[in-house]
Amino acid sequence: MRIEVLESAFDPWQEVVRHELSLSPGSFGATAVFVGTMRDMNEGDTVTRMTLEHYAGMTEEHLSQVAHQVQADHEILDVVILHRVGDITPGDPIVLVGVWSEHRAEAFEACEKIVEYLKSQAPFWKKERLSDGADRWVEHNTAGSRQVLN
Amino acid sequence: MTITVRFFASLADRVGRREELISNDGIHTARDAWMHCVSDMPIPGNALVAINREYSDFDAVVKEGDEVAFFPPVTGG
Repeated sequence: MRIEVLESAFDPWQEVVRHELSLSPGSFGATAVFVGTMRDMNEGDTVTRMTLEHYAGMTEEHLSQVAHQVQADHEILDVVILHRVGDITPGDPIVLVGVWSEHRAEAFEACEKIVEYLKSQAPFWKKERLSDGADRWVEHNTAGSRQVLN
Repeated sequence: MTITVRFFASLADRVGRREELISNDGIHTARDAWMHCVSDMPIPGNALVAINREYSDFDAVVKEGDEVAFFPPVTGG
């Protein structure tokens, strides 16, 4: 299991490959991956930059707790959660959640649970820089595709 | 009693600081800690609180050495 908050840019796809190479070949039959990427538009405004803040310590503890809980509940073989903090620009990856399991159902469900938990509970905050130079905090995340918590 | 109070994101901007060490025997709950630090502003309706990095509530009891954090709804991912 790997859980990290990163202060510099990362390539989520290379990280998936790198982690998968550390797993025993043939031990998993499914890999579910979620990558969140910064958009250049939010609430109708052009966004040129974003700063991600987090509560160091609480963030890692909570992500570790949910990863272990999901791993126990869904027969998951391994989990990777990487999340950026600091200054990013449109197109930069923000978050990677990767889940490996024997079968696809567990991988899909576990990946979605971790993503929804992360977006609703993990103490990260986004501040946007708009095209006119103004800064504004993002006040809420968009709703998930469906209720998967609990 | 001495506790560390931390503010994050937009809430830190609103109160004008990110961390404060307070020492006062009259502080019993997280709400008391807020009132001690930010006496001129009520707790925003959407504010969240954590004690020692665990989600809590404003009426939870705090004790010597605790870290109490106030922050707005999270927006990661």
